[in-house]
Parts: sequence; C-alpha cells; structure tokens
Amino acid sequence: MTDATTHHGTAKVKRGLAELLQGGVILVVVSAEQARIAEEAGACAVMSLERVPADIRAHGGVARMADPAKVEEIIAAVSIPVMAKSRIGHFVEARVLESLGVDYIDESEVLSPVDEHHIDKHSFTVPFVCGAKDLGEALRRVGEGAAMIRTKGEPGTGNVVEAVKHMRKMNAQIAWLTTLGPDEIMNAARDLRAPYDLVKEVASTGALPVVNFAAGGIATPSDAALMMQLGCDGVFVGSGIFKSGDPAERANAIVQATTFHNDPAMIAKVSKNLGEAMVGINIDTLPDTELMQHRGS
Amino acid sequence: MRVGVLALQGDFREHVAMVASLGVEGIEVRTPDDLASIDALIIPGGESTTIGRLATMFGLIEPIRERAHDGMPILGTCAGMIFLASDAVGHHQPQLGLLDATVERNAFGRQVDSFEADLAVAGLKEPMHAVFIRAPWIEKVGGDVEVLAAVTGTDGREHPVLVRQGRILAAAFHPELTDDNRLHAMLMGLVEENLVEENR
Repeated sequence: MTDATTHHGTAKVKRGLAELLQGGVILVVVSAEQARIAEEAGACAVMSLERVPADIRAHGGVARMADPAKVEEIIAAVSIPVMAKSRIGHFVEARVLESLGVDYIDESEVLSPVDEHHIDKHSFTVPFVCGAKDLGEALRRVGEGAAMIRTKGEPGTGNVVEAVKHMRKMNAQIAWLTTLGPDEIMNAARDLRAPYDLVKEVASTGALPVVNFAAGGIATPSDAALMMQLGCDGVFVGSGIFKSGDPAERANAIVQATTFHNDPAMIAKVSKNLGEAMVGINIDTLPDTELMQHRGS
Repeated sequence: MRVGVLALQGDFREHVAMVASLGVEGIEVRTPDDLASIDALIIPGGESTTIGRLATMFGLIEPIRERAHDGMPILGTCAGMIFLASDAVGHHQPQLGLLDATVERNAFGRQVDSFEADLAVAGLKEPMHAVFIRAPWIEKVGGDVEVLAAVTGTDGREHPVLVRQGRILAAAFHPELTDDNRLHAMLMGLVEENLVEENR
C-alpha cells in the first residue's frame, strides 16, 4: 500500500514494534535451527549473530556483523521478528542488514566499534535498538534516532550484576528529573550530556520515551524476573540459553518467568530441573580493557 | 464494568491505558481465574506465536472460548486478530477460532514495510489513523463477518483490516498506539448490549 497518505519508517512505526515486543524475551541465535528452537519456546523475536557474546569474548579479535547468508537463513526459518547487530558507527553494515529485511538493528557494543560517532539512525527506515548504562547515554541514543533501548550489562558473562546496576541508575536518574523545576532542566541536560528536549520530556512524563529491555548477563528465569521487577519492559538473553545444558527448556522457562515475573511460586516451578546454567564470569576478574560496556558511550 | 486485557506478552499496558481513558477499569489477565471477573476481553498486539503458546500452556484457550460463547465481547488487535481467527495461511499455531476468517500473517511485508495511514471505517465519520506494524490482513471471511474497513494490498486486491462478527471485533492495526479510543468505545458499547440482553 503506497499512496500520499501512507508513511513508512516513522518514529511511531519504529517505536511501535518495540512496544509490541514488551513482556517478551528476545533470544540470540547463531543458526536457523536455534532460531526455530527459540520461536518454539515462545521467544517474541530472535537476534541473529555469528557467535554468542560469550564466544566473542573467548575468541577475541575483531567482531563484525554476521554473514548475510546466515541472517537470510534465520529470516527464512521463523515468522517472528529477526534482529541483527551492526558495529557501533558502521552505517554500511547497518544498510546491508536493512537491505536483507532485518526487522530491528542492534548497534551493539558486543561487536568491535569502528567510530567514536554512532550511526545517524534517523536516516534509516529500519528501527534501531542501542545499549545504555545510564539515562544520559539512553537519551543520546534516542536523540540519534534509536527507537528502543536496552541496558548494556556486561555481555557474555552470565552475570546480571551490571544490568542491575545500569537499570537502577536509569531509574534513579528518571526519578530525580521528575523533581526538577523548569529552571533546573538545562543544567540537568548539561550534567547528563543529553539533548535538552528529551530531558524535558522525561522530566514531565517520568519515563523513557522508548521501550527499555534488559540485556547483558541474564542467565536464569529469576534473573529475567528480577530485571522485569526493576522496571524493564522485556528481556534479551544472549549467551545464557545456548550455552546452557538444555536450551529449549531454559528458553521456555525464561519466557514464562518474564510473563509471571511477579509470581515467585511460578518462577520456582519453571526453574526446577533446568540443568546447568552457563558457567559465568565474575566481573571483577575481568580487566577493564575486556569490558564491553565502555565501548561507544 | 471491568475490561480484561490479556497480559501474556505484547502492548497490554497501552490497552489498559486506552480503557482507562474511557473511565473504565482495565485489568491484566494471565490466568483462567482472572477471566472470571471481566465483562470484556482485549487481546493485544504482540507476537501471535508467543501469545498463543503461553495461552495454551496456562489453560486459557477453552475458558476464553466459553466466555465468548456466553456473549462476552472481545477486541483483538494485530496479533490479537490472528489469535481470534480460525486459520492462518501457512502457519500451524494455537488460535481461538472465534472469528470466521483466514488471516495472512506479516501480509504487508517485514518491518521496513510497516506504515501509518488514515483509514475510512464504516460507521465512523472521521477516518481512523491506523498504525500497521508487520501487520496481517484478512484473506478470507465467513458470511457472518462484517467488514468495517479494508485496504488495497501489495497484491492489488482489497483486504479487510477491521471486522466484526457478533460481539467479536478485530483490527489488523493498533489503535492502542494512537490517541484514538473509538474502537475501545465500540467494545464498551458491545458490553452494554450484552448486559441488557443478560438482564432481559
């Protein structure tokens, strides 16, 4: 349908897809087979990657966009939305992913950044999700055109501590903004290093202008429910599923725990006999140079 | 009046806010018990495979069908329309079969083909501003289904995108992502109709 009254790639359409993903779980997959397992387990979308973040961490070297053949294979395998990651600032990788028909692009710190500038996401028809450690970073990304935000956490660690830290910080900063008078907004924008208009908007609504998912280190149903109770709108699970003993069962359990995140008895029920969770890494054993969350702020 | 919104996955909070904008209490529905206390049900936008799977797992399919057969009005948007329908082209997934229609999922294409447009709706003076996101359309409807709005698809044919069958309303688009609460008001009208009939 294309006529004068039809508009594609608007902010409403871009942000709208993220709103439809709320309450859902987005799983990282590296093959068509894993994508089918994810869809069958109730994932609301999949993120196609060359390798999961834990393997990117172990593998070292430069991490890039996935092979287009792999992305196409995953798109063909499932009916749910397919996301894919581009390197921070790599607008050509993003254009390639857009041309493949990807439904959302994650301009992601999990891959190796190519530029100190992020992509001008307004110029794309496909929507973008970006990671953030705090409110200022979230609003800078929204200012560049991101239609969805996720916590950065510390990807590939199976340790949710950093995601919790990032979500708590964002919540505290939003709460603080709502206490400010009109004469205090400009200095707040300066301190947050965020666009004035967006800071003003958050101060008046008390919420981010886009959906905010949890990401980075979620490995168990309880981790997912924890992030939901902290106010996230949904959950990304990267390495936690396919690095665990029984991926289908664990994925299914995390989907259920996300829906019933306020029901401890239900979380207990779905958490039984899931087998081994991924081993995980204690963040304080990682040298600063290996932390992905500091890439592209 | 209490309007339930199926809160398994999707934009259920936006629907609760829409209901509230009409001065009606909206409650989140996740279990068969939650279904017992409501006068109407909204099935939100989201992923129809996820919603269908969770609804099956938590034993909601039969209780929803029973309430519908007793006359409870239901509004489904996008994934909600797919879930209400009797069939989906090329997909085997849990469906309620309360709407005699075959839907084509992602009929307009992928996310880059998502769009917003003004839509003429039968019975409404002003058009609705409709947001279509990876939207379905209706490929085939049964005789009892009234088509309230249609669009010309990429195949050059007219496809229904807003339909009514008895007390079931289904839209391929998302009024809950706009400020237009006229479809929600229509649902409330059906509730009034049902209550009058029950008291007769």
